[in-house]
Amino acid sequence: MNTSVMSGKVLPVGSKSRHASGWWGMLTVVATEAALFAYLLFSYYYVAAHTTNPWPTGGDPKLDLAIPGTLILIAGSLVMAWGEHGIRRGRNGRLAAGLIVSILLALLFLGIQFWEWFHKPFALDYDAYSSLYFVITGFHMAHVAVGVVMLVAVLLWTALGHFDAERHSAVSIAVIYWHFVTIVWLAVFFTFYLSPRLI
Amino acid sequence: MTVETFREPKLVTAEEAARREPALRRIWETPPGLAGWLSSVDHKSIGKRYLVTALIFLILGGLEAAVMRAQLSQPDMHLLSPEAYAQLFTMHGVTMIFLYAFPVLSGFSNYLWPLLLGSRDMAFPRLNAFSYWSFLAGGIALYVSFIAGRAPDNGWFNYVPYASRGFDPGVNIDAYALGMILLGLSTTVGGINFIVTLLRLRAPGMSINRVPILIWGTLTASLGNLFAVPAVTLAFVLLWFDRSWGTHFFDSSGGGQPLLWQHLFWMFGHPWVYAIVLPAMGIVSDGLPVFCRRPLVGYSAVALATVSTMVLGFGVWVHHMFATGLPVSSLSFFSSASMVIVIPSAVAVFAWLATIWTGRPRFTTAFLFFAGFVLLFVIGGVSGFMTAAVPADWQLTHTYFVVAHLHYVIIGINVFAVVGGVYFWFPKMTGRFMNETLGKWSFWVMFIGFNLGFFPMHIAGLAGMPRRIYTYPADAGWGGVNMVITLGSYLFAVGVLLFLINIVVSRFKGRAAGANPWDGGTLEWSVSSPPPPYNFALIPIVARRHPLWEEQLAEGEDRSSTNAKGFLLDHGRETLGTTPIDAEPDVILKMPEDSWMPLLLALAVSGLCTGLLLKLWFLFGIGTAVSLLAAVIWLWPRRYLSQVER
Repeated sequence: MNTSVMSGKVLPVGSKSRHASGWWGMLTVVATEAALFAYLLFSYYYVAAHTTNPWPTGGDPKLDLAIPGTLILIAGSLVMAWGEHGIRRGRNGRLAAGLIVSILLALLFLGIQFWEWFHKPFALDYDAYSSLYFVITGFHMAHVAVGVVMLVAVLLWTALGHFDAERHSAVSIAVIYWHFVTIVWLAVFFTFYLSPRLI
Repeated sequence: MTVETFREPKLVTAEEAARREPALRRIWETPPGLAGWLSSVDHKSIGKRYLVTALIFLILGGLEAAVMRAQLSQPDMHLLSPEAYAQLFTMHGVTMIFLYAFPVLSGFSNYLWPLLLGSRDMAFPRLNAFSYWSFLAGGIALYVSFIAGRAPDNGWFNYVPYASRGFDPGVNIDAYALGMILLGLSTTVGGINFIVTLLRLRAPGMSINRVPILIWGTLTASLGNLFAVPAVTLAFVLLWFDRSWGTHFFDSSGGGQPLLWQHLFWMFGHPWVYAIVLPAMGIVSDGLPVFCRRPLVGYSAVALATVSTMVLGFGVWVHHMFATGLPVSSLSFFSSASMVIVIPSAVAVFAWLATIWTGRPRFTTAFLFFAGFVLLFVIGGVSGFMTAAVPADWQLTHTYFVVAHLHYVIIGINVFAVVGGVYFWFPKMTGRFMNETLGKWSFWVMFIGFNLGFFPMHIAGLAGMPRRIYTYPADAGWGGVNMVITLGSYLFAVGVLLFLINIVVSRFKGRAAGANPWDGGTLEWSVSSPPPPYNFALIPIVARRHPLWEEQLAEGEDRSSTNAKGFLLDHGRETLGTTPIDAEPDVILKMPEDSWMPLLLALAVSGLCTGLLLKLWFLFGIGTAVSLLAAVIWLWPRRYLSQVER
């Protein structure tokens, strides 16, 4: 390679959107987290396929709260995408609004989940189904909680005026995780609430 | 004032760079002393720490084995109680597989990757430090339980229901879970670092088909770990739920499935085997050709074989479960998938043989270890092929034949490559040669001792000796072969000791080595030995697979630029980011300063996990709070990293 080919090119400096190493790092985090949920759901289907007990314990789970919960998470993702789009044009206020609404929706989702938890007719240690139900939804809720922590940190940095149209890779990185948490919920939702109805 | 947004990286000559070297040193050097040591993010320090720590664990695991071999040397020995023996064989396996075999390769890769790729550090230097500290924490967690007399005692694959609370009520299994969760974290973040480093930090011009095979090996292992490690972490978390919260994942009385443990464990376990051998194979693929005075035969084939071994490796886990009563269709599928792995393995073997055959070998110590590795690889591969056949496996499983096989794989393919790699890169790391005479002694004693000690295990297994028994009666007829095994393995241990003595002596008294003592062809040999803190004053520009061999090989007109002209980046810690496939200059990356946060986060996460596992809620709360705090400080957007504009 001729060295002169390489010279004379003006390069961006430091963290900017996809130029940030963290953007690539978050994609790999999502890959390994997706694998974690794949193994969790594998465990569910493996036990379900081999069980001789009635499945699911207590009959098909009700959809009356699960569907609104799902829609709330999806809405949170969409609002967050809207906020991120704002900062790309330098609109800090729109980013902050997107973050605040997303955080509130996520807290609402967690509230609904807890409400479902405490109104189940069985406890964690009742049988294999109850173990799978609480641990898998618990894993997902923990991921939502981590996502909320990320969004709160990003909101703090937004309030401090750290982001603008050029530099906001922390926002983009947190948003990747946020969308992942929503998408993986769809797989969990399908597994627990829809798949028993299909068999 | 706003931070710099765009810049044209300066292309300068070596003379100009030499003038800037004192400034670069000031920018990149970690201050001496304990504070510097604990906060350093230099990949070379972290790599050396990984190597030394892993070798210490190798010694500990070896001592455990030595005690077990004393117990088994004759029938009806009672040096150890059954309980002590169970803890020893478990800790021996756990130590060698998780605390030695993988971390030692992480050590090589951490030290070498930026040097091989022409970069100044890894993509995430602080994450690299965190990876080391959490590995150390996991190792300490396991050994604290050992000192307390409550070490894991159910074998390294820890099958339920033996591992369930009812059969193993002590803290033993919980300590294993704690260690594995911390090690899983360490491995995962380490893997992420390697993947992003490969995608972003190669020298300009080092397109994907020009990276050394070690890079392919570690990259493949890292990608595999990304998808495999969650399985074992999850298995241990579910086991903890069963043991501590009364859930029924693995408990058949509540509708759970004991076999689920075996599936989750081996979905991780088999890819892990490749994670602990593929980088070692990479060491040989890069080291052997230097002593054969020619490039590796079949670079592309070996690179593809590396990747396809791992891909196939995700589809063979059931061959660890042939005796569990699974349907015949399933056994047939996994048996044939396991046999197919012979193909990429053979590609690599023939590439090494052809490299030796068509080269002009120099019989250095490193060469002997690499060549010995090839022979042991074949023996371990053939016994693996035998156990891949279902009917043979039904006879051989859980006998000493399997113990022989796995030691040929782990010692043959990992330890021999690692020791050869140490002889090869020691001059780069320390600026001194290792002693060749002592080196050759260490090779022959290790090689003869290993085969004398471990080959007869095949015979003991065929004679019906089960693994994991703490003693055996005289009329079983295994006394003679076991005495040979014990003596051979002690001879092997003497060879390892000679190697360790050689390291210590040569570190202080070794003959001085220059920048390129073996006349190697890759970028790490273009910098001084040991390399300066910034690795490359000029970021090199790469035109070929062997930038330092271009004149000898005369492959074409284009020449790499390693010391004549290159990019000088000196506005703080900086390195060049390039595009993922073609490695064209893409961005000037700002690199972090030394930081305490990796150590603090590793301590806090250890506290968090310990608190959770042992239900010490106060510790759990503090660990969680400090983890959050450390993470937020770590990620706080900083001006010097150009993460904020104002």
